[in-house]
Amino acid sequence: MRLYLNYFLMELKSQMQYKTSFFLTMFGQFLTSFTTFFGIRFLFDRIYGIDDFTYGQVLLCFSVVMMSFSLGEMAGGGLAVFPDLLRGGELDRILVRPRSILLQVIMPNMDFSRLGLLAQAMIVLGAAVPASGVVWTLPNVLVLVLMVLCGSVVFFCLFLLFATAAFFTVQSLNFLDIFTYGMRDFGRYPLSVYGEGVLRFLTFVIPLALIQYYPLLYLLGRKDNALYALAPLFALLFVIPSVLFYRAGLRNYKSTGS
Amino acid sequence: MKTAFRVYTSMFGIRFNYNLQYRAAVLGAIAKGFCWAMMEILGYLAVYRFGGDALPMDFSSTTAYVWAHQSFIVLFSVVFADTEIYSAIRTGTVVYDLARPVGLYGKWFCESASNRLSFALVNCFPVLILGLLAPAPFKLTLPASSPQLCLFLVSALLAFAVTVAIAMLMYISLFYFISQRGIRIIVRSVTTFFSGGVIPLVFFPESVQQVIRFLPFAAMQNMPLQILCGTITDADAVKGIGFQVFWLTALVFMGQSAMKTATKKVLSLGG
Repeated sequence: MRLYLNYFLMELKSQMQYKTSFFLTMFGQFLTSFTTFFGIRFLFDRIYGIDDFTYGQVLLCFSVVMMSFSLGEMAGGGLAVFPDLLRGGELDRILVRPRSILLQVIMPNMDFSRLGLLAQAMIVLGAAVPASGVVWTLPNVLVLVLMVLCGSVVFFCLFLLFATAAFFTVQSLNFLDIFTYGMRDFGRYPLSVYGEGVLRFLTFVIPLALIQYYPLLYLLGRKDNALYALAPLFALLFVIPSVLFYRAGLRNYKSTGS
Repeated sequence: MKTAFRVYTSMFGIRFNYNLQYRAAVLGAIAKGFCWAMMEILGYLAVYRFGGDALPMDFSSTTAYVWAHQSFIVLFSVVFADTEIYSAIRTGTVVYDLARPVGLYGKWFCESASNRLSFALVNCFPVLILGLLAPAPFKLTLPASSPQLCLFLVSALLAFAVTVAIAMLMYISLFYFISQRGIRIIVRSVTTFFSGGVIPLVFFPESVQQVIRFLPFAAMQNMPLQILCGTITDADAVKGIGFQVFWLTALVFMGQSAMKTATKKVLSLGG
């Protein structure tokens, strides 16, 4: 554990070496999600709601998904180096070390500038909390925390899945972006607005609705069933296929080494 | 002049073949563009279900806007994977480029243009065709009149040139900054937002529109896309094209003089 902590601190320090660079990148991240926010804001200047959700409730969705994404990507985004590690044969070096392979890849590739995204999402959450019409009792707050935490796990798993795909194909599968970067953008509306089919897909295949739409219904008091509140926990089941796929990929691995 | 032209066209040819090599990646990009546009339209469908009358564009125009935006997204994005240029600036190999008997501005302009165009031809235009074939509410409808279509083509070409001209200014700024990644992210979000890449500019509040419609970003994808979906027509479209020509000239002029100043500084650094 100490080792990983060291990795973590070293990376944080090295990224902080170029302070201007770091803050510029962070500012850029901040700006990116800020423009998405203004996109929503300007649209809702003209309309009053989407289906039966108000502006405040849409903002709540936006900030929950954005926070989950930024945490998930901060940890998992670095896995995008996997294809390079495979091609360069550097993975072999990692494989011979008697430590967790996943952590050895993640820790040195953390991208802390994603905190810019997180900061912006928190500001929006600050606006959404009073505007959403949710009564903020203790259980409701806990559900919100659960949404964000389980959401970041789901996003992390998505990054893991796509990185692992590199074991099977040499080419980059950039169309899978639609589930990571795409869901960051589309998650701004409650996922039910995209229709039955999409909602079902996002419930049973990629469980993003479980961390956004269903618990939202509970928060708004439209559903009393505790299952809705605990839906984010079910989303954690997504870890199982992700890890299995990763394991299979690792077993399938044959070094390109010379 | 003639040889210079040949240099540029062959540079384009090389790029084009290079991008064609990865078939699976091409299919992936098409699938991504298609799915992205469909999700976007589904979102708008929900928006229009509730308060469509309040929006300044009708639903079929918005659909056309989304399809065209997704199809031409590479053509009109300032920040694109122009890896050679970025690494030339970062590693200093730009001095080799300076030694070549081709103007650096022209060379980079051409490289970035062909990077985008060759990628767009292969990966993005099929999305447009899929849009034309999509079922009823999602279908892309092109303007009926052929003059409008011609205006669109002219405007698209100009928007493309303006995009590359802004990208050139960004490259030049990279001579002065270490953080390429930071600059790229900032430039991407600003240009995307103000050119109508997040939501169409007509959806912005009136007061904001008063200002942003004069910015160079409005001369990018905003103009051709609005002409295509019919919110800007006839005389206004011609005026819009004039506006694009103005910004293109200004930006190229600015870029060239900035390039001169910047490369002077690079030369003094070289050992």
